Amino acid sequence: MISVQHLSKGYGETTAIDDVTFTVERGEVLAFLGPNGAGKTTTLRILAGLIAPTSGSATVAGYDVLTDPMAVKRRIGYLPDHPPLYAEMTVDEYLTFTAKIRGLRGAAVTAARHAVLEKCALGDVRGRLIANLSRGYCQRVGLAQAMIHNPDVLILDEPTVGLDPKQIIDIRELVKSLAGTQTIILSTHILPEATAVCQRVVIINRGRIVAVDSRERLSTQLRKSEKMVVRVRRGDAVDLGQLHKIEGVTQVTPQETAAGGDPTAREWMIESEVGADIREAVAATIVQQGWGLLEMRPVVASLEEVFLQLTTQEQGVEGAYAA
Amino acid sequence: MRNSAAILGKELRLYFFSPIVYVVAAVLLGITDYLFYAQTMFYAAVSAQMMRFQQNLPQMNLHSAIFAPTLMNMSVILLLILPLLTMRLLAEEKKNRTMELLLTSPLSVTQILFGKFFAALFVYLILLALTLHLPIGLSLLSEVTWAPLGAAYLGLALMGGMFLAMGLFASALTENQIVAAVLSFGILIGFWLVGAVSPEEGGRAAEIVHYLSMSAHLDNLVKGLIDTRDVVYFATMTGVGLFLAHRVVDSHRWK
Repeated sequence: MISVQHLSKGYGETTAIDDVTFTVERGEVLAFLGPNGAGKTTTLRILAGLIAPTSGSATVAGYDVLTDPMAVKRRIGYLPDHPPLYAEMTVDEYLTFTAKIRGLRGAAVTAARHAVLEKCALGDVRGRLIANLSRGYCQRVGLAQAMIHNPDVLILDEPTVGLDPKQIIDIRELVKSLAGTQTIILSTHILPEATAVCQRVVIINRGRIVAVDSRERLSTQLRKSEKMVVRVRRGDAVDLGQLHKIEGVTQVTPQETAAGGDPTAREWMIESEVGADIREAVAATIVQQGWGLLEMRPVVASLEEVFLQLTTQEQGVEGAYAA
Repeated sequence: MRNSAAILGKELRLYFFSPIVYVVAAVLLGITDYLFYAQTMFYAAVSAQMMRFQQNLPQMNLHSAIFAPTLMNMSVILLLILPLLTMRLLAEEKKNRTMELLLTSPLSVTQILFGKFFAALFVYLILLALTLHLPIGLSLLSEVTWAPLGAAYLGLALMGGMFLAMGLFASALTENQIVAAVLSFGILIGFWLVGAVSPEEGGRAAEIVHYLSMSAHLDNLVKGLIDTRDVVYFATMTGVGLFLAHRVVDSHRWK
C-alpha cells in the first residue's frame, strides 16, 4: 500500500532523512518510532505530498507522490503534528468544509460528517466553536478531518502528543478499531505506544532506519543490549563451543571480515545478558586457546542508543489502563 | 471549479464573520461620501459663478466635475484598504498551519488561489456596489449620465482585481498579516508612483514606465473612455499577481 524507496531529504546543510526504505501492507498499522528530531515528521510530510524528497521515491496505493500527487492526495487522510483547525468555525462547519475539499458532495457530506462525529465521539461538541475546545477535542477533530473521506491510507503524526492518559487511550482504541480496513502509518516517540497499537514498528534515528520488525520480535531484540565484536588471527581454529561456555554469553554470530590484513582473520559478534561483564572472560578464553586476539570492541548499536531515548515512562497511562 | 467553490464559501464565511469587512466598508463609505459631498458643493459654487458670467457652461457636466474626481480619490482609498482584505488569505493559513490541510487535500494550488481571489473580489464588488448610492441619490435631483459612470465602475472593478491579486501575492510571501499588508501597500503605491516620471523625458524607457503606471490607465476609464489597452493592462496585472502567488505557494514543496 505504501512503498518508500531510498528516500532522502536535506534542508540546506542538514540531512533530515537519509536513505529511508520501508513498505506498509494494506490494512496494516505501522508505527514510525524515533526520538524527537529523528526525521519522522519529514518522512510523513513527504508521503502526504507536502514536501518533495531530495532523492528516492515513495508510492502510496501505487501512485508516486512526486509525479502523481493528486491521485495520492485523494487516497490519504493526513493529521499533521499540529491539528490544522480553523478556530472561528464550529466542529460541524469545519468537518463539512474538509469533506467538500476532499470532493464529497451533497448527502455524502452529511453522511460522512455523522460517521466521523460518532467514531471520534464528537457528538457533544459538534455545535461548539473550535476556538473553545480543549486540546483533546482539538486532536479528535483533527483525526476526524483526516478520516472524513474514508481514505485508504491514514497518516497520523504523533496523534497522542499532549493529551491526558484517558484521551491517549481513546485515540489508541480508535486507531486499533480502524486497523484492517484502513492502512495506518503513525509516528510516535513513545515505545509503549508503538507496541500497543501497531503490528509493525519502524525505528528511525538521526534520519536513518535502524530497525524494522514486528512488535514481538522487536521487544526481544531491544533487550539484548550488550554486544561486542572480537577479531582473532587464526579464525579457522576457533571453537565456538568454548565461547558459549563463558557465563553470560547468549549468542555468537560470525561477522563479515573487513577486507585487507590477515586472510585467516575472522570476526565474531558476541552477545551477552544485560549487566553481565564478559570482557575479561572472553579475552582469557581466546588467549588460552591461542587463537591470537587482535581486537575487541564494544558495539553500541544504534538500536540501543535509540532504545534508551525511547523508554520514556508514560506516567499515569499504565495506571489508567489498570483502572 | 467545484473545489474552488468550497474554498470560496469558506473565505466568504470568514469574511462576514470577522469585523474587518464591516470596518473596511464603513471607512470606505464614510470617506467617499465626504469626498462626494465636498466635490458637489464645489461644483455648485463654481457653476453658480459660471452662470453669472455665461462661460464654459457646455463643458461642465456632472460626470467630469463630480464623479470622475470623486472616484479617482476613492481609488487611492481603495489602495490603502484593499490590502486589509487580502492580507489574511494565505498568511493566516500558514501561521495556523491549516495550509497543510489544503495542500494535502486533492486541491490544486490554482483552485485554492481562485477560491480565495474570487471571495475577495466578491466582497470588493459588494463594497463598490454600496458606493452606487451616490449617483443614485444624485439622479433623484439631477440628470446623471450612466454610460461614462458604467465605464468608471468597470475601471474600478478591474483595478480592484489587480489590487487583490497583488495583495494575494504579498500574503503568500509571509506568515505575518501585517507584513503582507505593508508589502501590498508597497507594491501598489509603486505602481501608482511610476507614472510620476513623465514620458517627455525621453525614449523607450519612459514609454514603458508610463505603460506600467496604473493611474493613467485608470484615468481613461474613470473619465468614461473604455480603451482595450487599459482593460488589458488591469487584466494582465491581475494575472501576474495570481501567477506570482501560485509560484510562491507551489515552491513550498521544494524548500
